Amino acid sequence: MRAFSYERPSQVAHATHAGSRPDAAFIGGGTNLLDLMKLDVEQPGHLVDVNRLPLETIEVLPRGDLRIGALVRNATLAADPHVRRHYAVLSRALLSGATGQLRNKATTAGNLLQRTRCYYFTDVSKACNKRVPGSGCEAIGGYNRIHAILGASASCIATHPSDMAVAMLLLDAVVETDRRRIPVAELHRLPGQTPEIETTLQPGELIVAIRLPPPLAGRHLYRKVRDRASYAFAAVSVAAVVEMRHGRIGQARLAFGGLAHKPWRDHEAERLLVDEAPSRALFERAADQVLTGAVGQGGNDYKIPLLRRTLMATLRQATEA
Amino acid sequence: MQSQPPIKPSLFDSPAGPNPLDQEHLLGRGLARVDGPLKVSGRAPYAYEVSDPAGAALVGVLVLSTVAQGSITRLDTQAAEQAPGVRLVMTHRNAPRQGGPASQYCRPQMADAVIRQNGQAVALVLGDSFEQARAAAALVVVDYDTRPGQFDLAAGLPQATVPPPRSPSQPVDTHVGDFAQAFASAPVQVDATYSTPHQAHAMMEPHASHASWEGDRLTLHTSNQMLSSCAQTLCETLMLRPEQVRVLSRYIGGGFGSKLVTYADAILAGVAARQLGRPVKIALSRPQVFRQTTHRTATIQRVRLGADADGTLHAIGHESWSGNQQGQAFYETAANQTRLLYAAHDRMTTHRQVRLDLPIASSMRAPGEAVGLLALECAMDELADRLQMDPVALRVKNDIQYDPEHGPSRPFSTRRLADCLHEGADRFGWERRLPRPGARREGQWLVGMGVASAIRSVALRPSSAEVHLDGRGILTVGTAMTDIGTGTYTILTQIAGEMLGLPPDRVVMQLGDTDLPEASGSGGSFGAASSGSAVYYACAQLRIAVARRAGFDPEKVQFADGQIIQEGRAVSLAALAGAQGIEATGGIKPGSLLKRYAQASFGAHFAEVGVDADTGEVRVRRMLGVFGIGRVLNARTARSQAIGGMVFGIGAALMEEAVPDQRHGDFINHDLAEYHVPVHADVPAVEAYFLEELDPVANPLKAKGVGELGICGAGAAVANAIHNACGVRLRDYPMTLDKVLAGLPVQA
Repeated sequence: MRAFSYERPSQVAHATHAGSRPDAAFIGGGTNLLDLMKLDVEQPGHLVDVNRLPLETIEVLPRGDLRIGALVRNATLAADPHVRRHYAVLSRALLSGATGQLRNKATTAGNLLQRTRCYYFTDVSKACNKRVPGSGCEAIGGYNRIHAILGASASCIATHPSDMAVAMLLLDAVVETDRRRIPVAELHRLPGQTPEIETTLQPGELIVAIRLPPPLAGRHLYRKVRDRASYAFAAVSVAAVVEMRHGRIGQARLAFGGLAHKPWRDHEAERLLVDEAPSRALFERAADQVLTGAVGQGGNDYKIPLLRRTLMATLRQATEA
Repeated sequence: MQSQPPIKPSLFDSPAGPNPLDQEHLLGRGLARVDGPLKVSGRAPYAYEVSDPAGAALVGVLVLSTVAQGSITRLDTQAAEQAPGVRLVMTHRNAPRQGGPASQYCRPQMADAVIRQNGQAVALVLGDSFEQARAAAALVVVDYDTRPGQFDLAAGLPQATVPPPRSPSQPVDTHVGDFAQAFASAPVQVDATYSTPHQAHAMMEPHASHASWEGDRLTLHTSNQMLSSCAQTLCETLMLRPEQVRVLSRYIGGGFGSKLVTYADAILAGVAARQLGRPVKIALSRPQVFRQTTHRTATIQRVRLGADADGTLHAIGHESWSGNQQGQAFYETAANQTRLLYAAHDRMTTHRQVRLDLPIASSMRAPGEAVGLLALECAMDELADRLQMDPVALRVKNDIQYDPEHGPSRPFSTRRLADCLHEGADRFGWERRLPRPGARREGQWLVGMGVASAIRSVALRPSSAEVHLDGRGILTVGTAMTDIGTGTYTILTQIAGEMLGLPPDRVVMQLGDTDLPEASGSGGSFGAASSGSAVYYACAQLRIAVARRAGFDPEKVQFADGQIIQEGRAVSLAALAGAQGIEATGGIKPGSLLKRYAQASFGAHFAEVGVDADTGEVRVRRMLGVFGIGRVLNARTARSQAIGGMVFGIGAALMEEAVPDQRHGDFINHDLAEYHVPVHADVPAVEAYFLEELDPVANPLKAKGVGELGICGAGAAVANAIHNACGVRLRDYPMTLDKVLAGLPVQA
């Protein structure tokens, strides 16, 4: 068999040491890694099972931050009363992802680090720069219904599949690793010429928690558009937290899934909404801003009008009385 | 097959009279699956799980070609051969000679270096464990000289050819009257072209086989719907005599037509087990299933309807194009149902074949009707629209009680299409449908209703069975029939129990073994009718034998509560059977009734959908199917079949599409995460209702068939509901949100 070694440390320091081997991979819920190992897409020589690390708590910190252990399961996080009350956008994003069984297993950190569902990435008989750097990208010129319209490169047009990460990005979440803190906005990379490098994590660097800043006031929405009612990745998704003040938009946060190699955020689009009265024209301007530079690949051209319509509808819902 | 005295079948050549099944003491009831407890407790072994007492089976893992056309130029198996636990790497270089050339049944594997499709077996790695064989399989290096292939149906239309007829009763083309003239002069016309995509069966259990040899006799446990044709493939390919092959498929985790064919897993398990002198088992992985096994081909269909302003159809034309590999006889008979469904004096149907270098196309649940009705029943909706006529009324107006191509001399045996439409309309609340599209809105949802007719032809195949009554009063029924999850074990138990007056727990059913009397197998909605009739005839013979042993007159006896009764005198069957038991056999041989009568199951589908006005997402809200299927043999399993078919219809309408990569000729979305079938959340309130009906022309059970009817027309009802909901008329399945979106108006 394709041999790999396995260990299950109980301390973070041991885990990061073991994980610094070049062929090592951390395994949490395993809902993504095991599938990819069976497909020969991932071939780790050493598995570091992090499930015995004490990273399963959700705690409200004195200044109002929420600290979510890396191993908190998606189902647990979505159902947490504090999350439901104060970070509804996160709870909704989580519940729109995967299935009940997968959410029971999948971890918070693993969800952030899940890999693309590009058909050509998961089929080892096809060329894929992400899987085999330099081999080419067969999604370009192939069947690319689920692919990126923003931030793609000639090397890779894959999308990041997570719903949760979209909400985390909107919430300005910060990843806490064994050695530093990284804003989620800086965790995921665009593909550029090196699509195989998906995050800014260093070898062996282990996410131990995610910190959310104090809650955002306003209406929390997560609108996921998909090809079937459940167990489907987002064609596009829009996360929105909008607070109205005296008939005008007081604060607006937007983040998007299904568009790019990473969860997408457009601060300029948020800024142009603030202090404005909601209107169709305003929403159009926001959509124009988000879609600046959007390019279809043929099979995913529909995502451009779809994102526009979904954003408009979400903003309408977020701002209506 | 072991040599047995031939079973003399009963020729079924005149409509059935009254018989003991009419009592319906047991038959018809919603008896829970008799094999259910075994399945839910993991005690029903599927092919890959058959007990291997010696632990002796080697595990085979297939390596499949990754190009569609060309030849193997380099094959490096050295690393694989040297990998731990590997016993043999078989390729075309060292594979034992098999029968040939390839034909419908003969399917030699790895016979040469020629690549005929993506997903063809190019190597088999045999190891001590699955993990070892699988890891070694990844080490096999294959290089190809690749030729371009044809993978796009539309692009191949100019080269379309006329396929050979499927059977004498199914001509490729039909022409009645003068279609062109009638269509041209019709005051109201529809001329629309529809397309349906490739689809995958996506059954739960992947194909798997376990082969072992005793001397020169092969025993193959496999997952196959029709054991006689599987055995024939093994005989022809492995060059064996019939008595050298025993095939078993006792439990099958779904088939939907995919398991009518015998694939590399079965053939190479047999070949390798013989060569190595050890049992061998092979399972396909899910991505391999998508590439190695058959699929439903894409179609392009042009439908033309010409009608009077009152909705009377005068001209019906249906032309279909489908794809398959060169030399494959199967084509999608998408226009066949159009020969039977509605009245019109002038009509034509044609089928053309386009060469596609994809995996082989073959039957998938309701081949022909499933995709044909996606076109025809949408065209009927378009016609109703144009006529400003209620779509239910339009269908009822063109109902006909005889085969419209042959005239009144060939009546339908039973046909309650109009009743299905009326009953369904009542039950569904059809009168609340607003004729104007887009008129009903609930929040973000545009809500609409659609209807479609359902028809699925009836078939009857030869089938036989043996029955044995023992001294405990247990009736054992044996037939090489399969239960692919449909409920065959259960309905045959009910038929036998009804015939002999026994409760279900006194009936033991033995299926799925070619050592048992040959049976129809499962396919084409003929399984219950054919194998059930065989059991009926065998039991009828047993009743005579029991009566004679009791000294009773077989014409005057009743069977009830484990007893035979004549004029108040009752004798227990157990006592009569005694130590030596009583045996009988029986079988059915179809006669000419299928020629003299048009025979089909009918139904009507009603669907209500919501279309998201912003995103174009379509969600089915509720569905109802009303069906006339002759006698309902089991209310529970029949309902399950019907709603299962309707769920297939939801999938066909909204999401199912196996997408060929146009460079490599494989289906690129080759797993169940990316090949979308409906999940629970896509299937809200779906109900099936059966009309009271008996069809004595069909078979002695007076039952027609329900396994495929549920899918027939279901997707069209959803498509028509989309149009009613939002005004977008799509003709390209599946109707995914991007296609809907393109037709939606600018947002409010």
